Amino acid sequence: MEKFQEAFDKIIEADSKVEPRDWMPEKYRKTNIRQISQHAHSEIIGMQPEGNWLLRAPSLRAKQVLLAKIQDEAGHGLYLYSVAETLGISRSEMIEQLHSGEAKYSSIFNYPTLTWADMGAVGWLVDGAAIVNQVSLQRTSYGPYSRAMIRICKEESFHQRQGYEIMCRMAFGTPEQKEMAQDALNRFWEPALMMFGPHDADSVHKGQSMEWKIKRESNDHLRQRFIDRTVPQAEYLGLTIPDPNLKWNEETGHYDHSPFNWDEFWNVVNGNGPCNKERLDHHKKAHNDNKWVREAAAAYAAKTETQVA
Amino acid sequence: MEATDKVWEVFIQKKAGLAFKHAGSVRAFDKKMAIQNARDVYTRRSEGRAMWVVPTEAIVSVPLDNSDAFFDPADDKAYRHATFYEIPDGVKHL
Repeated sequence: MEKFQEAFDKIIEADSKVEPRDWMPEKYRKTNIRQISQHAHSEIIGMQPEGNWLLRAPSLRAKQVLLAKIQDEAGHGLYLYSVAETLGISRSEMIEQLHSGEAKYSSIFNYPTLTWADMGAVGWLVDGAAIVNQVSLQRTSYGPYSRAMIRICKEESFHQRQGYEIMCRMAFGTPEQKEMAQDALNRFWEPALMMFGPHDADSVHKGQSMEWKIKRESNDHLRQRFIDRTVPQAEYLGLTIPDPNLKWNEETGHYDHSPFNWDEFWNVVNGNGPCNKERLDHHKKAHNDNKWVREAAAAYAAKTETQVA
Repeated sequence: MEATDKVWEVFIQKKAGLAFKHAGSVRAFDKKMAIQNARDVYTRRSEGRAMWVVPTEAIVSVPLDNSDAFFDPADDKAYRHATFYEIPDGVKHL
């Protein structure tokens, strides 16, 4: 046992990767399962707010792009479920945990997407924030998770750019369009910042996750990076970030901002956001309504598959 | 009890001349579904020109708890490497 712990510690210290069949502390396994399944569920639930606009996209091009983006989210959810499965949990167990509320997904997807400008704001801000987080996770210590992040980041760079393109169209369009763009920014700004999680001082899992190099940079650090990158992008659009205290701080070299409304954050995490129930109900309904497809596939496989292997 | 799918490992060859490389895994009920799911999950941007899917349970691997012992016959055979041999200065093309 001690020998195994030593080998594990050495891997972490040397900044190399832990692989599925390596010995790892039970808590390391559990923490990774929790984080990776939450990440996978976020990709899957994240298809819903965008699916809402698929049939109302303003052009064929916009529709193709949105469809490709949603397909990517599905793919990313599947990569991540596969990664979690290497740690000894099955996909059906993860889906049960999602349905029972034991596993969470990112709270950002519990906000509604009310106008087409929201598709812009989601790509620009929500995917933008996710990318900052995921770029950092490319260096996570669990090998399969790290590889999935590298792949996901490569694919997601188009998500943020297409979002910003929509914002440009709206912000430089008619006054009504610009107003919609501003309204979308107003509604998504703070929820996007909260995607990085609680402040470092209040983050339950932070210490151990940083030690094990599952997380490589702290919540506040990543959040600040996102703010610093995004403010000039909003300025270019001629839109106002909904924070009266947001200003450049010459001394720190970062933007200062108002304190966040953490009551709102915890309220949504605890299930009381505007769409929590709708998102979960929709997932359960799709899963249950499609039970017959799984049964048919199993029956077909039993009939047609000769012994493989 | 609900019938279940199983996990398949996916290997992709990017171009002719390159080795197949493990890309990840998918869940599927049968071979055809496995290869179609693998296409949709791992080659959305033309990453492959050929693909294998193999049921995970069919893969045999070295038991990890004695992998050191399994691989150690190679550890003390430096003479299997070209750099082991001393060649006098000035001798070329070796």
